[in-house]
Amino acid sequence: MDNQSPKMKPIWFFVGIMLFSMGLIVTLSGVYDLINPNASTSVLSELHPNIWWGGVMMIFGIIFYVTNKNETVN
Amino acid sequence: MPSIQLTFPDWLIIFLYFVFVLGIGIYLKRYTKNESDFFLAGRKNSFWVAGIAFLSANLGALELLGMTGMTFRYGMYVAHFYWIGAVPAMLFLGVYMMPFYYSSRINSIPGYLKLRFDEKTRVLNGISFAVMTLLVSGINLYAMALVLHTFLGWNWDISMWISAATVAAYVTFSGLMSAIFTEIIQFFLIWFGLFLVSILGIIEIGSLQEIFNRIPEAYNTLWSTSADPTQNGMMVTWGGIVLGLGFVLSFGYWTTDFLVVQRAFSAKDLHSARMTPIVASFFKMAVPFIVIIAGLIALVLSQDPNSGFVLLEDGGQINYDSALPLLIARYYPNGLIGLGVTALLAGFMAGQAGNISAFNTVWTYDIYRSVLNKKASDSHLLWMGRVATIVGIILSVGTAYWAKSFPTIMDYMQAIFSWVNAPLFATMLLGMFVRRITPNGAFWGLLAGMGSSFTLFLAVKFNWIDQGLITFSNVTSDMAANFWRAWWAWLICFIMTIGISFFTKRKPDSELVGLVKGLTPDASTDHFPLYKKPGFIALISVLILLFLNIYFW
Repeated sequence: MDNQSPKMKPIWFFVGIMLFSMGLIVTLSGVYDLINPNASTSVLSELHPNIWWGGVMMIFGIIFYVTNKNETVN
Repeated sequence: MPSIQLTFPDWLIIFLYFVFVLGIGIYLKRYTKNESDFFLAGRKNSFWVAGIAFLSANLGALELLGMTGMTFRYGMYVAHFYWIGAVPAMLFLGVYMMPFYYSSRINSIPGYLKLRFDEKTRVLNGISFAVMTLLVSGINLYAMALVLHTFLGWNWDISMWISAATVAAYVTFSGLMSAIFTEIIQFFLIWFGLFLVSILGIIEIGSLQEIFNRIPEAYNTLWSTSADPTQNGMMVTWGGIVLGLGFVLSFGYWTTDFLVVQRAFSAKDLHSARMTPIVASFFKMAVPFIVIIAGLIALVLSQDPNSGFVLLEDGGQINYDSALPLLIARYYPNGLIGLGVTALLAGFMAGQAGNISAFNTVWTYDIYRSVLNKKASDSHLLWMGRVATIVGIILSVGTAYWAKSFPTIMDYMQAIFSWVNAPLFATMLLGMFVRRITPNGAFWGLLAGMGSSFTLFLAVKFNWIDQGLITFSNVTSDMAANFWRAWWAWLICFIMTIGISFFTKRKPDSELVGLVKGLTPDASTDHFPLYKKPGFIALISVLILLFLNIYFW
């Protein structure tokens, strides 16, 4: 790699972006289901797993993003 | 069963996944300047990156669907594939074998055979590996299209061509590095996309203990019913598990299959390369908390008529692989369905990319440069790697269409690993630890092992011999026959290799330095603190393995 090229971001940075963006979509789907209770008929849908599981994904995504946003691969 | 209906957020998540993997391929292309970058990811990965990729290369969707289905069929015994059937071999690779592989700076497993033995052994293994990889890749593609068609109602051809084209694009851009990046993304998608099935299943049934209480003993223990094959779902004895699965099949796959070992070669130094399979062993032990638990949940639900849970049937035969998709359809609301489907898609596509990246390396180094163009320049090899990627994908698509028109090919594929990998492990073990083993001993022993495994497979399949002859039991299953056939193939290769080596010319010790135990300086870890020593971390892994086996005994 020549010295002019920007340094490569670590994979964890991209994992963070992906988990956050997918978690956000899942959570927003859960909020929609909460507002429209008949939108989903899955077993245990009353637990609204998409809201809290999407939230877990977002938290992991933020952690990966923040801890790697300034990191580069040598 | 009606197709699983996807809503807008589900489609959005699937679309995002494709954007990510293609975007990462394009992003990494600027860092892929030479053949080392393309084939070995520049040898700059940490053991975390290489370790997760090492595990994920084996964690394809076929594995997830198949193992969940097998748990429904055989019970807890399937956990042996993840514990005794993987962890000891991974630790052996990291602690004992990796110094020989990594220090010799080889690009592939056949490359080691060339240095330790000779060109013909390398080419034999290179060709058999390349054929096996393309067949597995094509079957993987066929299985993906079948699952997407069955559960989502997607068009067979379109889903196959789009995923194949996507894999071809990002592997052609940046080779092993993009394959490794997508394998890590796949790892997280599988955990976040599928582990929730186990959590929600446990919540519905009541507790993990309640799941075990509701299934018969033959299905809920690991070892206590292994003395008598009639008492366990897999109909296998502990001898078959230990010798066939725990020793030969496991060591044959995890220590010699280039698809997984290539990830360790991408590590930045010897310590990271040794830590790669050791780190992966911890994650491997955790996978049953997705697939085994899901399979047991499906088993419990199917026994309860009020649950409404029934596996699909194809032509009167139960489709065990339908267990996981049906659980996703049962528990996942909008958004999560898209995540679950994306996890399976990622598993299929990353599996495809893993096979193709291993194929292009073996083709380029061990067949093309070794036999066809010995003077190829580095830039030409890089070009050939990209061409091999596209040709490999096209051949995989061809294999997938072949499998579609000839579905019984799937039966043969189940056994292919024991044809190639089981005897190869005997060759590697003897090659690395016994300097007296000769090139001709290795070549003819390997050929005899591969030939005997294939012959035994045909002999049992077409009833030329009684299956009980190789399994030592009148009560047996296809799985038990797989385990025992691998053992016999290994033993034949082992004995033939030693026998022929007594009568043929050995290589001088000066040519074996760095390749054989006793002629290679031990990989010193004295300068590392205890908690960073591969041996110490491996010991922790062994203790966890023992705990799991005793707990679920």
